[in-house]
Amino acid sequence: MTPNPYVFIVIFCGVALVFPLLPLALAWLWRKVFQPPKPGAQKNATYECGVESLGDAQIQFRSQYYLYAIIFLIFDVEAIFLVPFAVAFTGLPVGAFMSILVFLLLLIEGLVWAWSKGCLDWGK
Amino acid sequence: MSDQIDEGLRNELQKQGIWVTSMQELYNWGRKNSIWPLQFGLACCAIEMIATAASRYDLARFGGEVFRPSPRQADLMIVAGTVTKKMAPQIVRLYNQMPDPKYVISMGACAISGGPFKQGYNVLKGIDRYIPVDVYIPGCPPRPEALLHAFMELQRKIDNQKLTGADKAAHLNKEQVSEFPVPAFGAHDLEPAANPNIFHPPAIERA
Repeated sequence: MTPNPYVFIVIFCGVALVFPLLPLALAWLWRKVFQPPKPGAQKNATYECGVESLGDAQIQFRSQYYLYAIIFLIFDVEAIFLVPFAVAFTGLPVGAFMSILVFLLLLIEGLVWAWSKGCLDWGK
Repeated sequence: MSDQIDEGLRNELQKQGIWVTSMQELYNWGRKNSIWPLQFGLACCAIEMIATAASRYDLARFGGEVFRPSPRQADLMIVAGTVTKKMAPQIVRLYNQMPDPKYVISMGACAISGGPFKQGYNVLKGIDRYIPVDVYIPGCPPRPEALLHAFMELQRKIDNQKLTGADKAAHLNKEQVSEFPVPAFGAHDLEPAANPNIFHPPAIERA
């Protein structure tokens, strides 16, 4: 006779439960029988780099990082287009050359606009 | 566990293919072959420590290659180098954050006593002023072989620890503290200058 195909899933679930629970149970037993737990203020501290944490984690930071990231992203994408452009430079038809120049011009225009708006002025 | 099996009987059983062990032996065997050091270096000794962990000297042969970047996962603190007074509180804090059982190797002359920089105003005269040290390695810096030797000494020490009884391992003792007071920056020196509970310098006798 063939067993119900779902039996294997039940076995799988059983193993999946016992496999992590057994070490945890053994650790708990070890703690009870041999090694008493020794918690402490520093041992339970959240930050673990040897330096005491200062102040609150819920702080505001300037949104200017976001503008830098956006501008960086635009020119990152531009670099992806520029590399094949440079490779195929000598064999390009005039139309393709003009279109990549327009693409560059649009990006440069964006940079000029961001610059004139003072986005690159960190001290603002 | 306290009454050990007769050595002759054990050998005789082993010849027949029966291996007998005790909880204590199993525990110590597991412990001593998986000593994970805390990954940090303080000065030139750290270069030797890195060399020990790298392929030529291969600390992995002793089960200690897994340098942990978090004190929560580390068993061993290798104080490798000059401990400045600026750094000492952080070292003690890291030691406090390590879970028991924890061991300390004081590597090199600086970590033992301040070494060549002992006269320096900013150098701690030995890390054993604040945390208990298990193995000291002299040298400036000690060669990787010396660190391996210290590692083997520590393994020997772990192998001899008892699980029960009056002389059981210190970390199994409920009264044994696991956190030590962190020194603070005072006007001229760290305060306190040493932890009197663990720092017992030899008394100097002058004729």
